[in-house]
Formats: sequence, C-alpha cells, structure tokens
Amino acid sequence: MFRLLSISSKSISNSLRKSSSISSYSFTHLETHLCNPTNSPISSNSSEFPSNQFNSINPTKTPDGYSFSHRFDRNFSSFGSKIGFCKVSSSGYWLNCSNLRTCERNGSEVLRVQRFVSGLRSFSSESDRESMEYDVVIVGAGPAGLSAAIRLKQMCIEKGVDLSVCVVEKGAEVGAHILSGNVFEPRALDELLPQWKQEEAPISVPVSSDKFWFLTKNRAFSLPCPFDNKGNYVISLSQLVRWMGTKAEELGVEIYPGFAASEILYDAKDTVIGIATNDMGVAKDGSKKEIFQRGVELKGRIMLLAEGCRGSISEKIMKKYNLREKRHAQHQTYALGIKEVWEIEEDKHNPGSVIHTLGWPLDQKTYGGSFLYHLQDRQIAIGLVVALNYQNPFLNPYEEFQKLKHHPAIKPLLKGGSVLQYGARTLNEGGFQSIPYPVFPGGAIIGCSAGFLNVPKIKGTHTAMKSGMLAAEATFGVLQEGLNLETYWDALQNSWIWEELYRARNYRPAFEHGLIPGLAISGVEHYILKGRSPFTLKHGKPDHEATKVARLCSPIQYPKPDGVLSFDVPTSLHRSNTNHEHDQPAHLRLRDPKIPEQVNLPNYAGPESRYCPARVYEYNPDEKSKLKLQINAQNCLHCKACDIKDPKQNIEWTVPEGGGGPGYSVM
Amino acid sequence: MKIMVAVKRVIDYAVKIRVKPDKTGVESQNVKMSMNPFCEIALEEALRIKEGGMASEVVAVSMGPAHCVDTLRTGLAMGADRAIHVDATGPLYPLSVAKLFKALVELEKPALLILGKQAIDDDCNQTGQMVAGLLGWPQGTFASKVVLDKEKQLATVDREVDGGLETLCMDLPAVITTDLRLNQPRYATLPNIMKAKSKVIKKYTPQELNVEIKSDLEVLQVTEPPKRKAGVIVSSVDELIDKLKNEAHVI
Repeated sequence: MFRLLSISSKSISNSLRKSSSISSYSFTHLETHLCNPTNSPISSNSSEFPSNQFNSINPTKTPDGYSFSHRFDRNFSSFGSKIGFCKVSSSGYWLNCSNLRTCERNGSEVLRVQRFVSGLRSFSSESDRESMEYDVVIVGAGPAGLSAAIRLKQMCIEKGVDLSVCVVEKGAEVGAHILSGNVFEPRALDELLPQWKQEEAPISVPVSSDKFWFLTKNRAFSLPCPFDNKGNYVISLSQLVRWMGTKAEELGVEIYPGFAASEILYDAKDTVIGIATNDMGVAKDGSKKEIFQRGVELKGRIMLLAEGCRGSISEKIMKKYNLREKRHAQHQTYALGIKEVWEIEEDKHNPGSVIHTLGWPLDQKTYGGSFLYHLQDRQIAIGLVVALNYQNPFLNPYEEFQKLKHHPAIKPLLKGGSVLQYGARTLNEGGFQSIPYPVFPGGAIIGCSAGFLNVPKIKGTHTAMKSGMLAAEATFGVLQEGLNLETYWDALQNSWIWEELYRARNYRPAFEHGLIPGLAISGVEHYILKGRSPFTLKHGKPDHEATKVARLCSPIQYPKPDGVLSFDVPTSLHRSNTNHEHDQPAHLRLRDPKIPEQVNLPNYAGPESRYCPARVYEYNPDEKSKLKLQINAQNCLHCKACDIKDPKQNIEWTVPEGGGGPGYSVM
Repeated sequence: MKIMVAVKRVIDYAVKIRVKPDKTGVESQNVKMSMNPFCEIALEEALRIKEGGMASEVVAVSMGPAHCVDTLRTGLAMGADRAIHVDATGPLYPLSVAKLFKALVELEKPALLILGKQAIDDDCNQTGQMVAGLLGWPQGTFASKVVLDKEKQLATVDREVDGGLETLCMDLPAVITTDLRLNQPRYATLPNIMKAKSKVIKKYTPQELNVEIKSDLEVLQVTEPPKRKAGVIVSSVDELIDKLKNEAHVI
C-alpha cells in the first residue's frame, strides 16, 4: 500500500482538462507529485514553475492536515525531474501524463513509486485519488446491472477464464433503491438462472387473477383485461434484487453498496475509462469535515451503466456522445410511480390477485393508472403511475394517489390494514421510439437507463435483465476475442426485446390525443392489428415542455389526509426509511438559482413543490414575505422527477454521498 | 499495547421498525442491519489511539450468529487489525456477553477494552459496566474525551454525567464505554473494504471459552408504545379544572 497525497495547486490552462490515460496494465512506474499547499497558481504548461515552493516530503500529514490511516510504505527507485501539472476541476484533481513527459525542469522533486500490482488489480495514483482497476465496472446493482455481472461470471466459468467485475451501488445496500410494482415475467431469469426456484429466489406468488377497471369518482367498471399475465409472478423487486446480489457475490462479483458514482473519467482520446465515487465527508458549505475521504476511481476496460431510469451518468453520456441522434431516436418520456406496501386483514387478502385501473382520479388529458397487487404474507402493493407529460401544473401526483385510496372499490380492502413502506420512482414510457444508441466509447448503457420498458405490459424488469445479459455477452467478446462492443447493439436488435418493444410501440403515443382516442387506438392495435401496424406513432412534446402556464389552468383542491387511508408527505416519507447525512452539500443543483423565483413560481406556480413525492421543494416566505425556494435535499427519494419535469430543466439531480436515500426492503 | 473493541450488529438507526405480529419482538427480517453507532465511535477512538502511537493493535470483537461477520468486516475496513467472532445463536443478554468478554480478555490480554455505551436495539447500557466488574478493572463510562498516558499507564476520561462533566483518572488495564460526543467515526473506504474481505476472522464458540450462556431473563411481550392522543384545546380555566378533575383524575 502506499499513501496518496492530495495535490492542491491550481492551473488555469484548459488544455490540462482531461485526465491522463492509464494506458495499459503493464506500466510499472508512476509518478506521485508533492506540492506545497501554499503554492501559487501554476499559470500554464511551459511557463515558469514555482520551483522554490517544493519542500521536503512531509510523510505523516497531507497538505490539508488530515492524516491518512494507511501505512506509508514505498520504494524510492529514482528521483526524476519531471513536473506534474494539476488542474482543479469542479470535482477532482487530474494530472496530464502526456504533458508530464514532455516538460522537464530542474529544481523540483518528484518521486517515482513502484507500482504495486496484485493480479488484475492495481493501485495507481495519477491524481490524488486512489484508483482501482477492473475488467468490467458496472454502475448500479439493479436487475440489469446484476444480470450483466452474473452473466459475465457465468461465461468466465464456461470458458475457463477470469474477469474482474465490480458493481458500485449508491444505495446503502443492494435493493435499497429498488422500487417496482411488480408483476414479474420470468423470461429473462429463466435464461440467466434456470434453477431460480430451487435456489429459493423470492418468487413465490403466481398471478391468480387479472382485472382491469375503469374508475369514475364513485364506481368501477370492469373492462376486458388487455394483459396476459399467465406464468407471471407477483413479487417484490427489491427482494429479488437482493437475492440476485447474493448470487452474484457467490460467483465472485465484487459489489460495493454505499458508494455513489459521481464523475466520469475520460482518457486523452475521450474514451470513458471509468468512474469516480463521491468525496465523503464534505460539509454543507463545501469545506472538508474531520472525516473527509476522497472519492475512489474505479477504472474498467468496459463500463456498463445500469443506473435505472434517468440515470445521472447515463444522461451525461447520452448527451456527450449524441446517442439519441445517432439512432434518430425520439426523446424519452417518463411517468412517476408512487407506491405503498400495505399489510391488510387476512380475509381480504387474495395472493396473486392483480388489478389495474384507468380513469379516476386522473382526468382525460392525463395518462396514468393505478395498480393493486396481492403479494404473500397479507401484503399488497398499491400505487399510482402518472405520466409526466401532464399539462396542469397544479397536479400533485402524491395527492392523487392519496385520493385514489378512498375510492369505494379500493377503500374496503385497505380498511384495517397498515402501511409498511412508501416510495416513488420515475419510469420510462418512451419505449421503442426512444431507445438511444446504447454503445459509447468505453462502454454501454443497459436496463432502464437506456429504456426498455414495455409500456402496455407495464413491465421493464425482464427486458432490463435481458439487456444486461446481452451486454455481458458482447463485453465478453470484446475482452476475450477482441470484438467490437457494437455487437451489443446488433444482439439487441436480434433479440426478443426488440420484437416485443416494436410490437408495443404505438400504445403509449396513442394517448397523446386524450384518454378515449388512446383507448380506441390501443384497442385497434391490440385486437385487430395485433402489433403489426404499418405506422409508428410519435411522442408529443418532451415532458418538461408539456406543462401549461398556471394562469391557463385551474388549481386542484385536494382533501386533507385522514391518517388512516391517506397520509401527509412527512408520514409517508418516514416509511420509506429515507436518510441522508444532513451535513453535506445539497445534491439537487440549480443551474440558474434565479429561475425558481423568476420563472417556476410566477409562470407555473412552483410545480416542483407539487410533483416531488418527498416534499424536497418548498416555497416559503422569507423575512420580507417573498416566497423563496427551499430545497430539503435530505428528503430526496432519488426518483428523478424534478430532473425530468422542471419546465426550464434548471434542476439537475446529482448523486449525494453514497449510502443515502431511501431504504426499500419490500418494494 | 493492545486494544479490544466490542462491536454489535443492530438494526440500522434510519429504519422504521415495527413489532412482529406475534409480539415476540421487532421485525428484523429483510431489514437493514449495521454496526451500532456507539460501537463505531468506540472503534474510531481505538483507531485514533493506535494512530497516535499509543497502541500497537486493535482487535474488533462481535458476538452472535454468522451474520456478525459483516459487521466485523466493516470494522476491519475502518482499520482494525484483527477480528474475533464469538459464534452464539439465541439471545445474548449483557451478562452473558460480559462473561464472554472476560474469557476473551484473559486470552488476548488487552490493556484497554472499549465498548459503546449502549446498543440502540436494547438500550441496556450494562455490558461495559458488567465486564469491568467481572474483571475487577476500573471503568470510564459515557466517555466524551479519552487521553492516555503510556509511561504511567493511565487513562484520563471525561465522562458525561447528569450534572455535567466528570473527569476520572484510572490505571490501565481499564474499560471505557463511549458516548456520542467522543468523536466522529471515519468512513470505510472502498479499497479498505476490498482488502478487509480477505482478512481472517477468528471464530470461537462459548464452549471453547468455557462460558455457559444461560439467560435469567425471558422476553414475554413486545408492544408498540400507545399512540399519542390528539390534544384538546380548552376554552376556559373552569373547563380545564373540570377536565383535570373528572377526566384525568389528577386533582
């Protein structure tokens, strides 16, 4: 092990923006640079260098005064006279290796440290962060990420090779951030782990009945059920993912929950070479706390992004490499799902019963519906999904859900029961038209980060898992046989994901024109054309542009929660086991801090204070009685609705310190 | 000098707990578990003492079923040198734990035994005191500051007591239990977590330590506290007196 020293000199030169490339795993020297923390800024590459500032090595404390707990242990092989340049970027310190080798200067000291190679892993310190190298790094331990990891290890066993696979997960444990209805189609799991039943996967409740209701304020009308859930199971996806996590670890996958991937690492050729985790222990004002820990770089020969819907890193990658344009895909459209798991009375419980509803409480112009699934142990999952292209800025999806529970067809079921957990998450509704080109230099995007949810079936787990498996197979081809990662894209197009999503492509866009036309067109699609329609309908405006201004819409009065069936947000939030370290910078960033009070509030009546299911955004009067936006970042459920629905796209969801967020266990 | 630290695996403090339907305990299936926060503070203090040069080794100890190993791995990732797991199924009450610690201390001979003041699941606040009694060692409980003197083999402990702060000076070997304000525990870094996975954890059973675990306590029932009733706003002093007399029966 060796100690890493933080480097705190500043550089103005933009040419040093990119980090160095860790070119191969065989180079044996690396250069650690020591700078005195009081260095004056280095002005550019080749100009004067404050050589007088270099002091002798201070081995016990970093310039910041924080003593690392690692043992300091290194070989001095030679003293060179190369120079290190560092630039403080917004999130880290990077050195440019190529510049290092070209400039030489006398009078400064640099240490060359023998690199410590241990098998396929190595610790190098080109920047001041520790760096770990793997063959494959997967961001997100969800169904897609874990399927990819498991498939990779399976292929390693089949072919007798070994690849190091690392999965980072921002939740405190695997499954903590997983929320889904969920009526599970085991198609992909049968391919991945055919023995899942014998291995005691938490899949035990087969679908026993399938109902479809149209709700009005007081009545429920039974409609012919468009779903075919024979052979499917009602499960808790959080539980299934936990089980998959143990299976992955058994196969040798390294899973690290509690670490959030916040930064993308590029090499000189703009290829993605890895991610870096958040610095931990930064105080609200940005200063370093006593327990500050620098993030860690995880470098992989191939990166797989499996962050789920609207993944923060995936969105950046898609923008950077123009992945949507590459395939002429439309924008992605989303919905917000709010869910509660209840424990109800024994005689009302009917394991395997599946009910979906349309209509009330949503109006004709708002797409969405509710679900009610009976699990085991007297538990039921009930939730409301609201498409985020709703027009009325006064709509409050959380309150609509609370209203729903009072419907005369649903109320009797819940009476006498108690809520176990609450949560919310956005989901993709773009389907086939919105799938981006999922391969980028250095890796690929899998699962809901790309968007493989089948909207009419309301299922995305099986396609996410299959996409992970296909990506794993393509990755294996790249690493072992020197193939191209584009084989992932080809495999996707030749798989049942493509066929399924193609046939399902027109159902959701049909509702652009309202509920009745949507139902009519869907009926035609389903019963007459049977998915063989010659046309492809397009999505309407992006969700954030669909909101009408407040003066054109009427406010909605929501009833007060009764504390038995409906609850206020703080009570529900408490049930989600959400927690964040409070003394950290808010992870919800405003690109322009003036926009909430200048645009969102006057034009749209502050929609973020209504659509956020965790009451993160509140407009409170300040001392001059002017309404000001307050961001309660600690409440955040990581649903990403604000990142999607903010009218000016001013809110940027970034990842908080790892380990924070909700703690779902039965969702 | 060796330091032994006790760590306990408990339900994470952020989890909303509920009572099992059969009222025998709290629902702990499918619930996030982590190291007791006071134990984290204890381990952090031991690590700081070691980094200050006063100790050579930090040994983390946990007792309970096989899953305790996860907590020990976290301890190793934070910086403990070795870990010991006492494998015991069934409920372990403070006196049994104290007896097991006495046996371990006689084996390992640490100069300092640091524990959290209490576990957040049972709130007993007994183990540290009981071990000190069994060993005949001095104890500094509710420590908010610990200063060691290596030559004189002394520990000076500031204790948080009801009346304020009390400073005690005691000879080593001693038992210290940690309170909240002692320190802020460090994060376990990813590389350390990785390295901790391969460290060896020594396992003992109570039989090997010659300790009989029989509990003199039996949990009869666990219930939720009664729900708070809504308050009532009275309109006059007379009504208040009337309510206090006739409804609450306190005057």
